[in-house]
Amino acid sequence: MSFELDPSREARFQTILTRYAKSRAACIPLLALCQEQAGWISPEVVDYAARKLNLTTAEVKGVATFYTSLHQRPMAPNVVWVCRTLSCELRGAGLIQECLEELLGCKTGETSANGKFTLLKAECLAACGEAPMIQVNDQYYERLTPEALAKLIDELDRKTAPGQVAAIGGAVAPDVALSDVRLRKAGGI
Amino acid sequence: MVFTGAFGEPILTKRYGVPDSHTLAVASEYGAYDVLRQVVGKREPKSIIDEVKASNLRGRGGAGFPMGMKWGFVNPQPGQEVYLVVNADEGEPGTFKDRTLMENDPHRIVEGCILAAYALGAKRGYIYVRCELALAIERLEHAIAEAYQAGYLGRNVAGTDYAFDLHVHLGAGAYICGEETALLNSLEGFRGEPRLKPPFPAVAGLFGMPTVVNNLESMAHIPDILERGGAAWSALSRLEQDGGVRLYGVSGHVRRPGIYEGPVGLTLNEVIYELGGGLLHPDRELKAVIPGGSSTPVLRPGDIVDAPDEKHPLHRWHGKSHLDVCMGVDTAKALGTMLGTCCAIVMDSSVSMVDAARNLMRFYKHESCGQCTPCREGTGWLVDVLDRLCDGEASEKEVDLLVEIAGNMMGNTICALADGTAMPLLGMIQKFSEDFYAAAHKRPRTQLHDSWAQTLAS
Ligand SMILES: Cc1cc2nc3c(=O)[nH]c(=O)nc-3n(C[C@H](O)[C@H](O)[C@H](O)COP(=O)(O)O)c2cc1C
Ligand code: FES
Repeated sequence: MSFELDPSREARFQTILTRYAKSRAACIPLLALCQEQAGWISPEVVDYAARKLNLTTAEVKGVATFYTSLHQRPMAPNVVWVCRTLSCELRGAGLIQECLEELLGCKTGETSANGKFTLLKAECLAACGEAPMIQVNDQYYERLTPEALAKLIDELDRKTAPGQVAAIGGAVAPDVALSDVRLRKAGGI
Repeated sequence: MVFTGAFGEPILTKRYGVPDSHTLAVASEYGAYDVLRQVVGKREPKSIIDEVKASNLRGRGGAGFPMGMKWGFVNPQPGQEVYLVVNADEGEPGTFKDRTLMENDPHRIVEGCILAAYALGAKRGYIYVRCELALAIERLEHAIAEAYQAGYLGRNVAGTDYAFDLHVHLGAGAYICGEETALLNSLEGFRGEPRLKPPFPAVAGLFGMPTVVNNLESMAHIPDILERGGAAWSALSRLEQDGGVRLYGVSGHVRRPGIYEGPVGLTLNEVIYELGGGLLHPDRELKAVIPGGSSTPVLRPGDIVDAPDEKHPLHRWHGKSHLDVCMGVDTAKALGTMLGTCCAIVMDSSVSMVDAARNLMRFYKHESCGQCTPCREGTGWLVDVLDRLCDGEASEKEVDLLVEIAGNMMGNTICALADGTAMPLLGMIQKFSEDFYAAAHKRPRTQLHDSWAQTLAS
């Protein structure tokens, strides 16, 4: 199966290409566009990007495997990143990860049995003052408690159709307002 | 959470909190692009560089290099294009300040970039933003689009014949891409592996051209520096040779974690107790502060400055706690640490430093680019030994092993990631050796998640 960008993403790519003195600079933006459409950096995506930028597949693969947010395998429609770095850890990130594993019924690094969630460990996501936090696709959920987390996962679960194709960037927006999710406890604001 | 005004009127953050401050309409009402219209085409580029030199702005990305001096190194040869690159990779654990600028006041960043580019003679600029910050990216891109429409960007900046194009370039998840030469490789479409220096970016940077790389907050100060004048802006600071105001961050065990603005030179006690609202648990004590992101060595409240010599940079604080020293690039260095990103991580007495160390070393192991053997292998070894220590499988000798491994990493690599790993670990072992030996002797300790479970229960 070969891969090709859809027309609207192709147009975005053409705009991006005009910004640089050398076309290779569009490599990571191109891979991000491909992943937005295909859900991961498949071998077909690598071939496609290499042809498009006049690079070898080894060069493209070398780039793709360097970056954490470029996925080397298919992901569920909801990619859940839980930050475990120190500031979050000091405010209960370990508990949040345990809760997630229980709620989703899978270990970190795995996809839930219903195929709706992939759970991954993240390193510091520049939200340390809003700890503990998770990222679901491109949305941050901050100052989490176990209760708020359960509500959020339930909401996302109901909003995700079984068998829905992954599209990173196309977040399944829950109805839970961010203000519900944020914790105002323990003397915080 | 963003708070401003605790120490004087907000300057950098004056538009934070104004409804729709990220839009051109609102930002303009509050003065955005006023400076630009007075400067572009009207002032000599060189006079702007002089103003930035007079501001004593020390780079806000971590190394604290004087910004005006860096700009002074740019000297393009005939046929060379100068590039402006802005670093918004914000990946240093504990650091979350640049994100607030992009979300609350993206037009200030755009204005700062145009002014910098005009001073440097750059025709193209890129803001490298870590891809996870969706709202920040959306607002920055929107601000750039609005600035093009309003004629502040593009072929005729503010109606002059100066032309400048500015673009957002997204990273793809790699802490090392915050290192300036790794960032340039990443921007060019390569793996984010740091380059050997020299040549420095000012000589051969993006696409081999003279390039200035500055942190996003550094850039955001430029409109204020030009509005007030470099010397006047510098004088807002409590310190010499380290001018102006800056963003402070505080996270961890405080009541009000967040980002605040204040003059350069607040003390860590002010950051923790006045900005951060004090410790989260009234019944626990302050144990340790990491002053400016995870790569900066830890400080203890009980340590006293010993500087009787009048010429000592810390003499002003002789006999006071380390946490009562006005924090600047040079004073932090004199304390044996670094100012870094000025975003502090606060830990109370429930924390064993051996667990904190393991947490951070896991981060560095994951983020080492793997180019240099001492860093690639060293970070892995540190985690292996710390895992054994934390899990009660190691002996005292392995604490010495940690010191030895860290010692072999320092100064032996292309970039500063290895030093930024080894230095804070050595600091933790030196200042909290009892925690490491207690783990070696398998004494029970509160785990980080148990400590938090107690917090939730209380
Ligand atoms: C491992 C590593 C990570 C870094 N990450 C960042 C970062 O996320 N943001 C940043 O502005 N500077 C970062 N820096 C510092 C940059 O290399 C560079 O010094 C800085 O962007 C220069 O800007 P400034 O002079 O305005 O501070 C990092 C350095 C190292 C060694
Ligand atoms: S430590 Fe979790 S966002 Fe920084």
